[in-house]
Amino acid sequence: MGQIELKQVTKSFGNTQVIPPLDLTIHEGEFTVFVGPSGCGKSTLLRLIAGLEDISSGHIEIDGTDATSLVPAKRGLAMVFQSYALYPHMSVRKNIAFPLKMAKMDQAEIDKRVNAAAEVLNLKDYIDRRPGQLSGGQRQRVAIGRAIVREPSAFLFDEPLSNLDAALRVGMRLEISELHKRLKTTMVYVTHDQVEAMTMADKIVVLQAGVIEQIGSPLELYRTPRNVFVAGFIGSPKMNLITGEEAAKYDAHTIGVRPEHIDVVDGEGEWNGTVGVAEHLGSDTFFHIHNTGLGEMLTVRAIGDVSLKHGDKIGLNPRKNEMHRFDAAGLRIA
Amino acid sequence: MARSVSTQRKIITTAAAWLIGLLIFFPIFWTILTSFKTEAQAISNPPVFFNFDWTLENYAVVQERSDYMRFLWNSVIIAGGSTVLGIIIAVPAAWSMAFVPSAKTKNILLWMLSTKMMPAVGALYPLSLLFVWLNLLDTRFGLIMVLMLSNMPIIVWMLYTYFREIPGEILEASRMDGATLREEIFYILTPMAIPGIASTLLLNFILAWNEAFWTLNLTAAKAAPLTAFIASYSSPEGLFFAKLSAASTMAIAPILILGWFSQKQLVRGLTFGAVK
Repeated sequence: MGQIELKQVTKSFGNTQVIPPLDLTIHEGEFTVFVGPSGCGKSTLLRLIAGLEDISSGHIEIDGTDATSLVPAKRGLAMVFQSYALYPHMSVRKNIAFPLKMAKMDQAEIDKRVNAAAEVLNLKDYIDRRPGQLSGGQRQRVAIGRAIVREPSAFLFDEPLSNLDAALRVGMRLEISELHKRLKTTMVYVTHDQVEAMTMADKIVVLQAGVIEQIGSPLELYRTPRNVFVAGFIGSPKMNLITGEEAAKYDAHTIGVRPEHIDVVDGEGEWNGTVGVAEHLGSDTFFHIHNTGLGEMLTVRAIGDVSLKHGDKIGLNPRKNEMHRFDAAGLRIA
Repeated sequence: MARSVSTQRKIITTAAAWLIGLLIFFPIFWTILTSFKTEAQAISNPPVFFNFDWTLENYAVVQERSDYMRFLWNSVIIAGGSTVLGIIIAVPAAWSMAFVPSAKTKNILLWMLSTKMMPAVGALYPLSLLFVWLNLLDTRFGLIMVLMLSNMPIIVWMLYTYFREIPGEILEASRMDGATLREEIFYILTPMAIPGIASTLLLNFILAWNEAFWTLNLTAAKAAPLTAFIASYSSPEGLFFAKLSAASTMAIAPILILGWFSQKQLVRGLTFGAVK
């Protein structure tokens, strides 16, 4: 249970087509992440799957049956919203019980399931509080609780962590990943944060302007980005993309080298420049380098603490075997 | 940064606020005061303020001559009925305008409001004929319908404004959770909009209670509410100011008391959405 198939799905708002014809299969039990810059259509795509928006043409199949014209509740999916969307006038218990109440389940079963969910999500101490009395992280757990009690065939997450502070976000990321390992239910997760995508996904779908740029596992996207857009979007800090004469040396329109694939050398290197900003994180040092003659500012990651500072000369050697080459259309050259 | 206010300025604005408040309140105060005077004192020139013989006689006469409780009961039924019925019809209407607006929603809202700009007397003749044909003259049901319809634009507008404040994602969540449209409105939207609905109820109850044009023109005896009760004391053979005042005081007392106890709710409701 939990296979979702999109066949030639399109979506237009008025005369603007936000999703051109799109095909996608989300396999059972998979953790799929839709990632892309804001406005790329990833949330719209999720809402189409949920049934909160009607598709303009095409079909959506859930577990082999056509769900295109089914109302949200009949699709067997649960959704966690960015704003949590908890019912402010109900206690945590009633919030979690609400979908079961709507399903006309008997009270004993409701109580059993709500208690089980509260146990799993550490909500027992807050069960009789209202959402307004909870912290952001607790609210998000209630929203997840409300989703899991229904035992849906798939979970849909719409940027669920973007309202949380950085530390909490890392914690909740882990919790959601663990939840997936335990429940083994299909999860579709929308985010603009590529770190979330890389750390959580089995499969990442990179979107731009409603078009799928690439589908693959996190490391596939990292190692073999299909085009310049994916190369620049996946990985942090961003891949260095160099065009012009230097790229021509490699028979390419654009070459890409990740910051971690450039070695800092003593004295002159293949590329030379001056340090603009040095970010010392202890475990790593990020250098932003100017005046390389490559036309672009370079970002370089060095392991450990390297004691170069603003204005210092620096020599760099890119690792040729880790270099990515792209043609004039921006596509990868094998 | 908070603006600094000098003491002098504070005194002036406070005095001005009190002055305006008292000016607005004065007619009501004068009515209540007059109701305790004799007819002669009521029209004496110069007017007497407190140095008169306080009497309850007017109240006794008014109660003796007309059945206050019957008028009161009619007012309660008509104001309450038209308000409750209006809310029941307006909640789904405001829901659709707030959450599934069409390109014409704004126009419809403005058109509804524009009907309030027509003088009521303009519709008196056709409406009276309609009442005659439908046998609705001097019935509480007829008045409930008329007041409900004439207040409908205000009810819809108020509810629409409150509903717009409710995040759409919460309603979408309830749809994902399996709520039907009816359950969505009943379990989620209405409880969340309770403060707004309460102040809408209250304001419309007051408007319907005070409505004098239709209640005077479309009733005679059976369905006459308190407005007719007051009017019956402004007789052509001479004004009995003290008795008129006593009748007025009795008529406005219930709504004044209701307003007094719910003023917090009323103010909150009326400014709801103005400040985030």
